[in-house]
Amino acid sequence: MSASQPVPAAARLFLSGNEAVARAVWEAGTRVAAAYPGTPSTEILEVLAKYPDLYTEWSVNEKVSLEVALGASMVGARAFCAMKHVGLNVASDALMTMTVTGTEGGLVIAVADDVGMSSSQNEQDSRYWGRFAHLPVLEPADSQEAYAMTRAAFELSERFRTPVILRLTTRICHVKGVVVAGEREAVEPGGFTKDPRRWVMVPGNAKPRLPLMFEREAAVRAEAETSPLNFVVDGSDRRIGFVTSGPAFMHVREAFPDAPVFKLGLSCPPPLDSLGKFAATVDTVLVVEETEPLLETELKAAGIACHGKDVLPRTGELAPDALHLGVARLRGEVVAEPEHVVPQQVFPRPPTMCVACPHLGVYYTLSQMRNVMIAGDIGCYTLGAGHPWNALDSCISMGASMGTALGMDKGRGKVDENKKVVAVIGDSTFMHMGMQGLLDITWNRGNVTVLLLDNRAVGMTGGQDNPGSGRDLHGEETTRVDFAKLCEALGVKKERIRVLDPYQLPVLFKALREETKIEEPSVIITDRPCVLIDHYVPTKPYLVKEDRCTGCGNCVDVGCPAIHVTRRDKEVKASGKEVDLSFVRIDTSACTGCGLCVQPCAPEAIIHAEPVQTLQPVQFVRK
Amino acid sequence: MSKVTNILVCGVGGQGVMTATEILAEAAISLGFDVKKTEVAGMSQRGGVVTSHLRFGHEVLSPQILPGEADLLIGFESAEALRWGHMLRPAGVALVNSGRIVPPVVNIGLFDYPEQPVAQMRTLGLRVHDFDATALAVQLGNIRLGNTVMLGASSDWLPFPAEVLRDAVLARFGSRKPKLVDANREAFAAGRRAVAGETLAA
Repeated sequence: MSASQPVPAAARLFLSGNEAVARAVWEAGTRVAAAYPGTPSTEILEVLAKYPDLYTEWSVNEKVSLEVALGASMVGARAFCAMKHVGLNVASDALMTMTVTGTEGGLVIAVADDVGMSSSQNEQDSRYWGRFAHLPVLEPADSQEAYAMTRAAFELSERFRTPVILRLTTRICHVKGVVVAGEREAVEPGGFTKDPRRWVMVPGNAKPRLPLMFEREAAVRAEAETSPLNFVVDGSDRRIGFVTSGPAFMHVREAFPDAPVFKLGLSCPPPLDSLGKFAATVDTVLVVEETEPLLETELKAAGIACHGKDVLPRTGELAPDALHLGVARLRGEVVAEPEHVVPQQVFPRPPTMCVACPHLGVYYTLSQMRNVMIAGDIGCYTLGAGHPWNALDSCISMGASMGTALGMDKGRGKVDENKKVVAVIGDSTFMHMGMQGLLDITWNRGNVTVLLLDNRAVGMTGGQDNPGSGRDLHGEETTRVDFAKLCEALGVKKERIRVLDPYQLPVLFKALREETKIEEPSVIITDRPCVLIDHYVPTKPYLVKEDRCTGCGNCVDVGCPAIHVTRRDKEVKASGKEVDLSFVRIDTSACTGCGLCVQPCAPEAIIHAEPVQTLQPVQFVRK
Repeated sequence: MSKVTNILVCGVGGQGVMTATEILAEAAISLGFDVKKTEVAGMSQRGGVVTSHLRFGHEVLSPQILPGEADLLIGFESAEALRWGHMLRPAGVALVNSGRIVPPVVNIGLFDYPEQPVAQMRTLGLRVHDFDATALAVQLGNIRLGNTVMLGASSDWLPFPAEVLRDAVLARFGSRKPKLVDANREAFAAGRRAVAGETLAA
């Protein structure tokens, strides 16, 4: 085979959707960009932070990030914020009013839906916010479009004086493709104009603005009818005409290259007149959208007959094979048997905690406690619900451990009266949305023991800084929150706040036992850094002296991935009870010497090793 | 040229699957192809399953490789290669690191690791070349050279000269780290040798 050369390589960049959005935000002359990390949106701000001549920040949560962006827009600057789908739930309070005020400087909100749920607690279709808040929604189909639509979003925002939602999905954010980019334009903020009737949203001022919001929506709808972002790709096979948006467009083109396609870029408000005309040119309309039947419902409401979720998957990502199946179902055809081999059953490989993670000690300790209800939260430590610890009983939303723990305490009946209530929350999640919940616990005299796992990073999304790390998005030193003082200020008694080392298991166990016994709010703060950030210092690794290992398996219960079972056996105790034995070895090249596994090892079989190799096989590269 | 080349790279979080695919993509880009590369990263960083899809050709639409459509499966870990074997087209080729990474769920006895993952793939009728890339990397002095070994092994199965991929690998290290360039050149050659004589080009 020989390589064809359609475009000279020099003119092209190879960018993920996130990188393409960042590039376009910078080019648009944006002055302020803010975000809270969240998969799959995180990299947008990380990349943007490296561009010159704009202010970028990690905010403490998405609502604050959106408000920061709005403030910048008020003074006439172009502004941007990015978040994952659940982030917009948090920011929605601000969103629902800023649609009434409108914007001054262009304001674009990138929302990344984790379609298929690679790293989220639920699946949501953020396009609903466009309908709910009467805001334009743009949906790119690949990196090039992510770039172009971000540029277009700023123009739309300023033309209609409205926030614009840029709706991304995992298959946009984390897909790399070829992008032809441009240069940064200079945009000077127009300045702040004092105008209480516009910016002070008391009822008397807000009421007259509601009709303006609907006028704007109608104007954007008219724009959608003629916008080049919405177009038809003609096709010869007119049996089915597809209406689609976002990455699904690529799947449709891949699966049905000869079919006519109405491709929506400015998908909200939908151009119903144009869509009606398109429908008249084909036998059947099939709406292909991720994930909710939104356009489908709107088309039907407009009297345009169509199919959609009756033949296509209701959840998760679409792909060309799913479309083939759906169309076959629609046409009443039999689907041909696939030619590939049958998928083989292989053990699951769920994500695990890292070697020497400071959370290991916490979950080992929790797993040894009986009669405890453990309200969990969002972060790496959610993995504590898995094997071998099984020491987390809930995971709902950012900060929810506080409120759910309090509710468990107040709601429990006789059957649970002897149980202890523990809440587990990480440092970033605590500052994001947990502080208010703790205040509610203290104010309402809740009997909850809070484990605040301070690892000085937003661990799950790659170790970003937060107010607890004392560094900003650029890694520069800034104010560092003192968690003990913060908890005290939130009403926890000073003597009920302990800061301790999670690698010291007896200390941790004793503290937990004591604090759960005392019937008032208490906070145990664990204070060791995430092993993936550069503040973590590995020490001398360990090995197992095999002749001393009795196979008790206590070290396996710690859950460190550097400990491997080499042999299993069974033993009958004097009492006649049969117990399982697990003989182990330590992957010394992976071990960083945290010493957790040494503590429950009775026969002292775990001893220091001379390092055979200093490099860890699994090592996070900090961007 | 309308044909799109589909390469699926699979392994375990932390092995360098995504970086290796990135380098393959850079090689294809340097030749002027349209290229799309996708993966779901998310929690895979924590030792979970990682797959990276690379598609290149004159024009690439959907970024996803469908079951039965991969021309090449590059398996960084044996059981993972078996897990994704169904992604290969009937005439496709799998290049598999026979090294194993045993996850905690197997460790604690909840699941079994397949006895002979590569043999199982062959039984299914798949065309597999296996070699211990992990051991080769360790012999060369650094387990992290494993992904360069894998890239070297794949370099004679590509629709472009192996040297293009080798140059893309070495370009990663620039001129700043001559030791790393040499180590990676050796690792690339070792991977190529590990599967020599069985190439499509031959």
